[in-house]
Amino acid sequence: MPQTLYEKLWNSHAVAELPGGETLLYIDRHLVHEVSSPQAFASLRDASRRLRRPGTHLAVADHAVPTRVRDGEIEDPLARAQVAELEDNARSFDVPYRSLDGDLQGIVHVIGPEQGYTLPGMTLVCGDSHTTTHGAFGALAFGIGASECGTVMAAQCLKQRRARTMRVDLVGQADPLVSAKDIALAVIARIGALGASGHAVEYAGPAVEAMSMAARMTLCNMTIEAGGRVGLVAPDEVTFAYLKGRPLAPKGALWDQAVAYWRGLRSDPDAVFDRVVTVDVSGLAPYVSWGTSPDEAAPITASIPDPATLGDDSARRHAEKALAYMALRPGTPLTDIPIQRVFIGSCTNGRIEDLRAAAAVAHGRQVAAGVRAIVVPGSTATKHQAEAEGLDAVFRAAGFEWRHAGCSMCVAMNDDRLAAGERCASTSNRNFEGRQGPGGRTHLMSPAMAAAAAVTGRLTDVRALMRTPAAGLVEEIR
Amino acid sequence: MIQPFVRLAGLAAALPEENVDTDIIYPARFLLITARLGLGPYAFHDRRFHADGSEVADFVFNQPAWREAPILVAGANFGSGSSREQAVWALLGRGIRCVIAPSFGEIFQANCYRNGVLPITLPPAQVAALSAAAAEARVFEVDLEAQTVSVAGGASLPFAIDPERRRALLNGWDETATLLNAHGADIETFEGRHRRLQPWLFDAETDA
Repeated sequence: MPQTLYEKLWNSHAVAELPGGETLLYIDRHLVHEVSSPQAFASLRDASRRLRRPGTHLAVADHAVPTRVRDGEIEDPLARAQVAELEDNARSFDVPYRSLDGDLQGIVHVIGPEQGYTLPGMTLVCGDSHTTTHGAFGALAFGIGASECGTVMAAQCLKQRRARTMRVDLVGQADPLVSAKDIALAVIARIGALGASGHAVEYAGPAVEAMSMAARMTLCNMTIEAGGRVGLVAPDEVTFAYLKGRPLAPKGALWDQAVAYWRGLRSDPDAVFDRVVTVDVSGLAPYVSWGTSPDEAAPITASIPDPATLGDDSARRHAEKALAYMALRPGTPLTDIPIQRVFIGSCTNGRIEDLRAAAAVAHGRQVAAGVRAIVVPGSTATKHQAEAEGLDAVFRAAGFEWRHAGCSMCVAMNDDRLAAGERCASTSNRNFEGRQGPGGRTHLMSPAMAAAAAVTGRLTDVRALMRTPAAGLVEEIR
Repeated sequence: MIQPFVRLAGLAAALPEENVDTDIIYPARFLLITARLGLGPYAFHDRRFHADGSEVADFVFNQPAWREAPILVAGANFGSGSSREQAVWALLGRGIRCVIAPSFGEIFQANCYRNGVLPITLPPAQVAALSAAAAEARVFEVDLEAQTVSVAGGASLPFAIDPERRRALLNGWDETATLLNAHGADIETFEGRHRRLQPWLFDAETDA
């Protein structure tokens, strides 16, 4: 019987079928961070349990860490205690730990792939909903709660119910200034914040095959914003080229054996999906969100919709509430919306490719008066790579702040947060009420679009901006 | 330890709004607290309080009738977004043991089961009716043994639940212990097979 990629991954990790229809699923890897692990480690201590395979876990502090300074102790006493607790737990339970002041620190979903910890064909979990990111490698990866983290530590297994399957076919060829983030927002706007609920989503089609690993990670990362706990891309030559030589990727004969196995990780040609959605990315405009749910997004060429024209009652009520929170009026062109803050970073868009895209827009331009813009690399390795390429200099010259790696203003647990009423062009993943600080207003978009907003001071179509040479560049050419 | 869930009677707070995410239920800045207990005061914090710390009078949990309501009747996609289990711990901290909604964020729902909180999924029309009854301060009764929700003077609505989840809730079982007891040998056997099929997953562990 033909199988989808999801079914292959699921079946190869089924330890036991349970009465009631759930499966006991084997978990190969577990990323551990400071926010969802203290309670899990406490549950081990309370029950005098140990980790079944300590070496399969990888711990790092990312959520609460400051991004302004990395030297010395963390100023916020609560964050300092939380990071110290992670360090202490990692030491006590023999879990590999990437220290905050080391070169290997970063956001869990950025360092996993970077270090070759994430591999095709494995199951990977983390107490973080954006674990969907790792599905870009053809790994079955999903977010779990802290109690489940404790179970994985002790048993290397979880009880799970098999999801339905959905394939999102991306066809056509996108404008070079239209990124995976725009495509993800367009898909979510189309299927809704509940559109992938209960489904494992596989992204396929020529536009996916043409994507870099970074772009595929952005796409899979955003799957949870459509309600899907799993996003997948079948591994291919792009995947293998990315992984080869990474520190934790298999080496030598084991590498060849692994690649041979990974080549089988694709949906059979006649595999049946419960749902198929096709999106043509040709001619797609950059997308921005206007509301407080990620499906409340529109092409930058559009205006704020009138809630009265929205299909069902609940969508209308949500949109009305969202527009009140966002202080926006129906009919306003999106490009008329001024912003005061810009955040470039996160597990969605904090990779080197994202920083390059933003820097290309920032180059030779200046952050608009009254705008504060920060760039937060997704990992310390990404930061060093960007500095080697001179991207930090481009950002600094343009008036952006260049920060240390962490989750930063995506989750606003540290001091990187919006004040009430401030409006932010953000490359993060959630425009929820208060997500970037109480009363803060978030517009989700791509790194290039966020950089464009930074230099114009309002939501801007980056395609139009890039057709006009920057004043600084004109000077340089002369 | 997990408190068994058998029957629950009391008032229900109505929050008929879609996509109430876990950032609304438990704002991120309180995630710096590493304890599981005592999180009740932070539940729906930014909906319950103005920036100056005064209460938002019309928010349901601030109204006298529902301050101690053990049941919440919510909208579709309740608990979507972040996986933070603090959302469940905060509800539990307020004494909420049951949430009724047309649909849930999947991770939130799993987190409920792990903490003795019963998430009940019912069709939107039934939830709307329950929401109206909740707003009239009528007494609800949830019976997990019988798998029914009823409102005083109204019909009894049956709900579905995975039989294993139901048994665990009725008994207050800890899932890790249950799983290790029942499947220790299965896990050993699987690991042997898995190691032969994907040896690199055993060779290149992170401390290697």
